[in-house]
Amino acid sequence: MTTVENTGNRRLSPEELDAFGAEMEAIRQRIVADLGEKDSAYIYDIVKKQRAFELAGRALFYLPVVGWVPAVACLSISKILDNMEIGHNVMHGQYDWMGDPHLNSRMFDWDTMAPAENWKYGHNYMHHTFTNIVGKDRDVGYGVLRMDEDQKWHPYYLGNPLYAFLLMTFFEWGVAMHDLEVDELVAGRRTWAENKEIGARIWRKVKKQTMKDYVLFPLLTGPLAPLTFAGNFTANIIRNVWTFNIIFCGHFPAGVATFSQEECEDETQGHWYYRQLLGSANITGSRTFHIMSGNLSHQIEHHLFPDLPARRYPEIAEEVREICERYGLSYNTGPLHQQLLGVFKKICKFALPDRKKPAAAEVRSAPALEGVAA
Amino acid sequence: MALDLGGRILRSRTVAALASPHGIDRYLTQINPMLAAHEVRARITDIHPEVSAPGAPRVATVTLQPTSTWRGHRAGQHVSVGIDTGEGRRTTRVFTVSNTESKPGEPLTITVRAHEDEHATPYSISKFLTERATVGTLVHLSQAEGDFVLPDRVPEHILLISGGSGITPVMSMLRSLQRRTHRGKVTFLHWAPSADRQIFADELDEIRRQGHGVDLHILHTADGAPYLSPALLEKLVPGYREVPTWACGPASLIEAAQAAYDGTESLRVEYFKPPRTAGVAGGEMAFARTGKSVANDGATILDQAEAAGLTPESGCRMGICFSCTTNKSSGRVRNVLTGETSELPDEQIRICVSTPEGDCSVDL
Ligand code: FES
Repeated sequence: MTTVENTGNRRLSPEELDAFGAEMEAIRQRIVADLGEKDSAYIYDIVKKQRAFELAGRALFYLPVVGWVPAVACLSISKILDNMEIGHNVMHGQYDWMGDPHLNSRMFDWDTMAPAENWKYGHNYMHHTFTNIVGKDRDVGYGVLRMDEDQKWHPYYLGNPLYAFLLMTFFEWGVAMHDLEVDELVAGRRTWAENKEIGARIWRKVKKQTMKDYVLFPLLTGPLAPLTFAGNFTANIIRNVWTFNIIFCGHFPAGVATFSQEECEDETQGHWYYRQLLGSANITGSRTFHIMSGNLSHQIEHHLFPDLPARRYPEIAEEVREICERYGLSYNTGPLHQQLLGVFKKICKFALPDRKKPAAAEVRSAPALEGVAA
Repeated sequence: MALDLGGRILRSRTVAALASPHGIDRYLTQINPMLAAHEVRARITDIHPEVSAPGAPRVATVTLQPTSTWRGHRAGQHVSVGIDTGEGRRTTRVFTVSNTESKPGEPLTITVRAHEDEHATPYSISKFLTERATVGTLVHLSQAEGDFVLPDRVPEHILLISGGSGITPVMSMLRSLQRRTHRGKVTFLHWAPSADRQIFADELDEIRRQGHGVDLHILHTADGAPYLSPALLEKLVPGYREVPTWACGPASLIEAAQAAYDGTESLRVEYFKPPRTAGVAGGEMAFARTGKSVANDGATILDQAEAAGLTPESGCRMGICFSCTTNKSSGRVRNVLTGETSELPDEQIRICVSTPEGDCSVDL
C-alpha cells in the first residue's frame, strides 16, 4: 500500500483532523450559499456548445473527404463535453439545485455505453465513499489492473500495460462492464442473479448507443455510410482515450496515497476529507483544458466536494492549497505529461512482482513529488 | 398538415433513437424554446389582476399560450408550472387550470393567489406570477393531470363547493358547463373571507344576474356567514347527499364536507395539499441503507424517515418535484394523491406522497 508516510505526508492528530475537516466544511458552505445565476448560465452554455459541436459533427459527415476530419473533431469534442463537464458532473448532482429535470442527477443519462443508473452506484457511491481504500474502492485497478502493492501479484498481471492499453481504447465499454464486477463473480463473491438487472440495463443502453452511432447515422449519409461509421467509431475512441487519461491521472500518479480498511474504520469527517485529499491528484493546464476534462483536472477538489458545480473547483483550489500548506500536507499536482508518466510507471511497475526494497524510498524518487511542496 | 407531419416525424422512433440519450426536445429547445416534440412549454400572453385590494394578497389570472404539444385539459384538472425565478433556479408548483376546457394547442389560464412559500427558492412561484412575471415570460408545463373532473354526461343536478382560491377548478367547470349549454341545475356554494377579496367577482355577479340554472351562494365569513355544516347544506340543497358534488378548498372546508357527506359516493374532493396522514398503520418500515427501522405509523415515508432521524432529500413535499424519489426494494405503498397502491419490487417512489401498507423497505 502506498501509505500516507510513503507519500511523504504526515498523519494528523485527531484534533488537527477535526480542525482540517471544519475548514473544508466552511468552504463547502460558502459555495453552496453562493450558487446561482452564474453557475446555471455556465452549464447551459456548455450544453449549448456541446449540442452545436454535435450537430456540426453529424452534418460535416455529408461532405465527402474534406469534411471527415473536422467532423470527427467536432463529434469528439461534443462527446468529451457530454461525458465530462456535463454527464459526469450532472450525475454527481452538481446541478440538482437548479430544479431543471434535464440537469438533474436522477434523470440525466449520458452519451456513453454505461447506463447512468449503474454508474451512479459504482462511481458516486462506491468510489466516492471508499476512495482509495484498497479492497473497497473498485476504481483501484478497475478489477482488471494491478495498481497497488497490496493487490497480490499473479502472473496474470504481467499483462498490466496491455490491459491498460485496451482499457484506454475501449474505456466506455470498460466503464459499462465495470458495474458487473466480473472479478467478484469469478471469485464467487457475487451471484449471477445480482447482476441480472445491471446486465439488462447495460444491454438496453448498448443497443441504443450502437444503433445510432453505427447504424442510423451512417445509413443517413447514404453512400458515405462506411466513412460515417468509421468517423463515429474514431470519435468514440478519441473520447475514450482522453477520458481514460484524465481519470487515471486523478488517482494513480506518483505520490497518491492508498488506505487500508482498518485505518478507515469509524472514520471521522475530518479523516474523510484528509483521505480524499491524499488519495487524489490534480493536473495543471489552461481553462479550455480544465473544461475539456470536466474539471476533473481538479480531482482533489472534486473528491473533497463531489456535488459542487465543477466550475467552482479552480476558485476552491486556491484555498485548499493554502490549507494544505498550513497543515504540512502535500497537494499533488503537475502538468499532464508528468502525471501521465507517473501513471505509466505505476502500471509497469506493478506488472512485475514486488522487489524487496523499502517502498518509501521507491515512491519518493518518483517525479511527481518534486512539484508537490510548491 | 405540414406542421402535423413535422410533429409526427419529430415524435417518431427513429428520431428518438438518433437523439438518444438526450431526447429530441433537448435539441429543439436550443433553436427556439417554443419548439417541442414531447414537452410542454408556454409563454405568458396576459396577466389580469383579479384581486388587488389593499392588505389582501394579490390574485391574478395568467394566460398561457402553450406549445403545440399541449394536449388540452378537462375542467377541474391541474398542471405543474415550472418557472425560472432567478438565481438560476427553477421552481415548480401545481395550479388548477381556470378557463373552460381547452383543446390541443389552445391557450389556458391559471388563477393564482400570491402567498409565501417557505420551500420555494429563491422566490415563491405564486408571488412571482402575480407580481413579477411579464408578458413573454417562458414557463415549463406538464400536461393536464388529475381526475377531479366532470363526467362526459353531466347529471341533472350537481353541487359545486369551493373555498378561497379553491374556486379555480370549480369555476373552470362552471364555465365549461355554460359553454356546453348544460340544461340541468347547478348549485354553487362558495366561501370567501370578504367581498373585496372575492376572485372572479364580476363574472359571478353576471352569473347571478343571468341565472341560467345556476343557483349561486357566496358566503363571506367576515360578514358572519355560516360555515359549511349538514344543516346549512340541507337548507340550501335539500337531499344534498344524493346530489353529485365536487368540492375544492382548504383542508378545513374539505374536512367539513367529508363529515357532512359521511362517506357517500356523491362527494368528490380536491385538496390544495395532500392530507398529512392518509395511510394505514401497521407492519414495519425499514430504511435499508442506514439499517434503521420503525413501526409503520401510517404517515408518509418521508415523515417517518425524518421522525427516525434521517434526512432524505425533499423539495415540494407534495409529489411534484421528484426530489424525494427513492428506490423501494420491497413492500406495498399507497400514493396518497391518487389512492393507488403498488407493490412492484425495486420501484422508484416519491416518498413524500407514499405511505407504506404493512412491511416496506426503502433505500434510505
Ligand atoms: S418532495 Fe417533491 S416530490 Fe417529494
